Amino acid sequence: MATAPTEIKVTPEIAAEHGVTREEYARIQQILGRDPNITELGIFSVMWSEHCSYKSSKVHLKRLPTRGKLVVQGPGENAGVVDIGDGLVAAFKIESHNHPSYVEPFQGATTGVGGILRDIFTMGARPIAVLDSLRFGEIRSGEWPLASARGERVAPREDSGQASGEKKPEATPEHAANRRILDGVIRGIAHYGNCFGVPTVGGEVVFEPCYSQNPLVNALALGIARKEDIFLAKAKGVGNPVIYVGAKTGRDGIHGASLLASAEFTEEYQQKRPNVQVGDPFVEKLLLEACLEAMKTGAIVAIQDMGAAGLTCSTVEMASRGGTGIEIDLAKVPQRESGMTPYEIMLSESQERMLLVAEKGREREVLNVFKKWGLDAVVVGTVTDGGMATVKNHGQIAAQIPAHPLAEEGPVYNRPIAAPARRVESEKDWFRFAPEKTGLTGNFKKLLASPTIASKHWITEQYDTSVRTNTLAGPGASDAAVVRIKESEKNRVMRALALSTDCNGRWCYLNPKLGAMHAVAEAARNVAASGARPIAATNCLNFGSPEKPEVMWQFSQAIDGLGEACTALGTPITGGNVSFYNETLGKSIYPTPVIGILGILDDDSKLLKIAFRNDGDAILLLDGSGSSEGHSERSADSPLRRAVEEPGQSASVSLTPSTSSLVTRHSPLATSEIAREFSSSEYSKVVAGIVAGEPPAIDLAAEKRLQDCLVALAAASTVNSAHDLSDGGLAVALAESCFASLSNQQSNCHSERSPRGEEPAFSLGAVVNLTGTDPAEFSLFHERGARALVSVSPGNLAAALSTARQYGVTAQQIGKVTRDNSFRIEYNGHVAVGSDVPTLRDTWANSLERILSGAEIEV
Amino acid sequence: MKFGVVVFPGSNCDHDAFHAIGHVLQKPVEFIWHQSENLHDCDAIILPGGFSYGDYLRTGAIARFSPVMSSVAKFARSGGLVLGICNGFQILLEAGLLPGAMMRNSGLRFICRHVHIRVEETNSPFTNAAKKGQILRIPIAHSDGNYNCEEATIADLEKNHQVLFRYTTPDGKDDAAGNPNGSMANIAGICNRERNVAGLMPHPERAVEAALDSEDGLVIFRSMVEALVGAAKATA
Repeated sequence: MATAPTEIKVTPEIAAEHGVTREEYARIQQILGRDPNITELGIFSVMWSEHCSYKSSKVHLKRLPTRGKLVVQGPGENAGVVDIGDGLVAAFKIESHNHPSYVEPFQGATTGVGGILRDIFTMGARPIAVLDSLRFGEIRSGEWPLASARGERVAPREDSGQASGEKKPEATPEHAANRRILDGVIRGIAHYGNCFGVPTVGGEVVFEPCYSQNPLVNALALGIARKEDIFLAKAKGVGNPVIYVGAKTGRDGIHGASLLASAEFTEEYQQKRPNVQVGDPFVEKLLLEACLEAMKTGAIVAIQDMGAAGLTCSTVEMASRGGTGIEIDLAKVPQRESGMTPYEIMLSESQERMLLVAEKGREREVLNVFKKWGLDAVVVGTVTDGGMATVKNHGQIAAQIPAHPLAEEGPVYNRPIAAPARRVESEKDWFRFAPEKTGLTGNFKKLLASPTIASKHWITEQYDTSVRTNTLAGPGASDAAVVRIKESEKNRVMRALALSTDCNGRWCYLNPKLGAMHAVAEAARNVAASGARPIAATNCLNFGSPEKPEVMWQFSQAIDGLGEACTALGTPITGGNVSFYNETLGKSIYPTPVIGILGILDDDSKLLKIAFRNDGDAILLLDGSGSSEGHSERSADSPLRRAVEEPGQSASVSLTPSTSSLVTRHSPLATSEIAREFSSSEYSKVVAGIVAGEPPAIDLAAEKRLQDCLVALAAASTVNSAHDLSDGGLAVALAESCFASLSNQQSNCHSERSPRGEEPAFSLGAVVNLTGTDPAEFSLFHERGARALVSVSPGNLAAALSTARQYGVTAQQIGKVTRDNSFRIEYNGHVAVGSDVPTLRDTWANSLERILSGAEIEV
Repeated sequence: MKFGVVVFPGSNCDHDAFHAIGHVLQKPVEFIWHQSENLHDCDAIILPGGFSYGDYLRTGAIARFSPVMSSVAKFARSGGLVLGICNGFQILLEAGLLPGAMMRNSGLRFICRHVHIRVEETNSPFTNAAKKGQILRIPIAHSDGNYNCEEATIADLEKNHQVLFRYTTPDGKDDAAGNPNGSMANIAGICNRERNVAGLMPHPERAVEAALDSEDGLVIFRSMVEALVGAAKATA
């Protein structure tokens, strides 16, 4: 060994290379009472990295609501745990793996899924579902100049002279790169989840230019356990053995947490490829079965997975949480490669490893279980008193650090916050409504073909969605993914859990607080539209560099929004993660606080899907804010009500994204106000290339009313389908309910595009009549919240209307489900959109595949 | 009557097969660990889906060397019912208990969705409760389901009525449009010449309850139950 890293003299410069600031280095010297050696410096650098220590976010995260009567375990453990009744609990959490997925998409995504699954079964819960919330740069050739878009115009307006006749630009290398990233990430998720044997049941896939060099890969896992079987990561019992189990330790992933996850990217990002870990789902499957079996022996005291910062994090955190010390000898750690230094072993992020504490004298029982499953399991140390984390190598002390200060007394930053420069916008920056009331079919097809709205079956069919035979609603079937809990069966009735992840990054960019509130509202609305009661939340907060005051302002605003919305909707946050430094070459992503909401469906047979079911059913538009009646009965003294901004009188409004416009204003608005709101819609982006204005205002009380109403309608089996209104507004929701009616019959999208173009058995259509004074485009495509479409048998119409009334929700009968494949939306008596379901469905169902295969068609 | 579901390291549809037989059909069923050479007096053995031994090398290639497989082979030779589902089918091919081999799906991607398969033969313990030509809607979930064999073998399979299931369109056409993975002759499932060993790529155990969107898979397990009941009567 020429230069054993332990012999390197640590200097503040070396510390800086580890991402440790001068102040932090001084703190380390203070805690140790001496200079750290290189191993100790490595340990401090990962433990105090942004990724592990939450040093920039901690002060803000404290403002989130984390308590509730169903919350068994809030933030701070491997996953949040909620009581779901009958002695059962659900463990769930969402985590990001963004940077690794950019550097090496396949392995980045696999290890993202692997990490979150370990977090769940570390708690003693068997994983039963995974959702993936994914965001990529634009993949469609031609239409979008990519790098320029940070909320500015992203494509030429059709009516601005650069219109239709002009040839579209060719696909750029950036498009190709985005497609490669998409493909690698999807394959990675599929590879890991499918082999592990957990169904990937839902999530989102969103495309925006800002994610071009910084894709977001957020994976959520859900597990089930009996309440008394939940395990925590607290080392207890001095003298108890510490056991290392699972895969051998190699040199992969060293400094993944500190250098990869806690710094922004430059052009040299590819050099970081060695920092990405490599996953093996087969070993993880064995580890799952072995851990759950070992836990049943009763001989395990504590368990912690080795994720970010590997052996370092697991030893130190277990000791710190348990108020004990810990001593391990690295010579005993199973190693994949020879000649690894203590520094490398402690910092390796090799996957599929666990550290556990067993009861003294019962080691053999535990070791035998792992042996049965063919896994390494070795006693590597003991729990000690005195609170010191001692790392030895062949008996020689390699590092010795007080555990608690290392884990809990790391730096905490209250970083500077500053609102970004005021965006001054005027009417000319906003969407201009077409004067005509007809001929919107072409634009509607564009919307259906846009990758964010188009069917994702090309992606989701690569995931095993049905293994474990619990999936009642997989991708796209219901607004939320729904899995049943076989263990809860009583008299042939089972409970089911519903999950939805959501976030509109564009809205969060335009107004972080309002956008974050919408993310919560939409996720909860999706859960309620499946018939389930929303009960708890998890979050994955993806932001740019915390060292930029405007990013911290976005973060702080988003936290306020999340807190307010989660409180209002009764969904406390039980955990999650923060991902900062989502920047490449100095450009931040849209602030993207992804919310996952969990709900309970008490009777699995009451599940609501989005598909229309019967010819002749009435289509009702439910609105929690009662817009069709002007001002609804929304109570004026609602605690959520804030100062109402005067309806915009002037044509030019100075916009600091602010909190002043958070209340729904359903009074007739000036056209400029409507244009301002509509400029933040998917339609505006896709059709006009405009991303501007403000997200729609939100009324959380209205959201709550709508959700309660949906849950009640489901419980009484009053309605036959439910679908919330979100991206693309009413027209898109209506179309999706028609499209799904075919899936309902035949379950796959392929029957319709067979080479001979045979017609499917049948799919249901819809005919809808809308009236109003707003521009037609606004009425069909705006994205205000608190709304849903339900379909009702004529015999249940009165009951549905009465339930809606009871919950203070407006129910407007807007049309009918038809059997003849037609799809027609009339506005004030004119046909605004007129087509047929098979044509529209072809556009929607095959767009993604056409784009990825380079076979785009003009729509 | 007792079913046994073999658990290999990496099996992940073992619990689903167990659920279909034990809870939905309410027939006795137990797990058999891959290290066991004892089949616990089971009357029918199911090799479940999953990724046995990580499917390293080739799908099913390592699992065939599991201690339990020598007992399964012996059991099969003595006429016992053996059904391989997905990875179980792949293992049976690797073990030589069924002819042919699996290649990567023609689209080179994992596919999970409901497909339609047509029951080609009802003269087998796995299809006797079905109607000839009946179309079943059952999910597939695999990367390597592209069935392949020599021309002579396929001629033999056809001649001896060993093709039990073929992929079709929803209306029963066994053309390219109905073929999800490129399988030769749209083959989804086959049996051996003695008709007591069968394998299929689709997952009947995932289509056993209306809540799961299809109950069409039940007919395969019901057929096995009927065959076992018939066999018991015959020996009584």
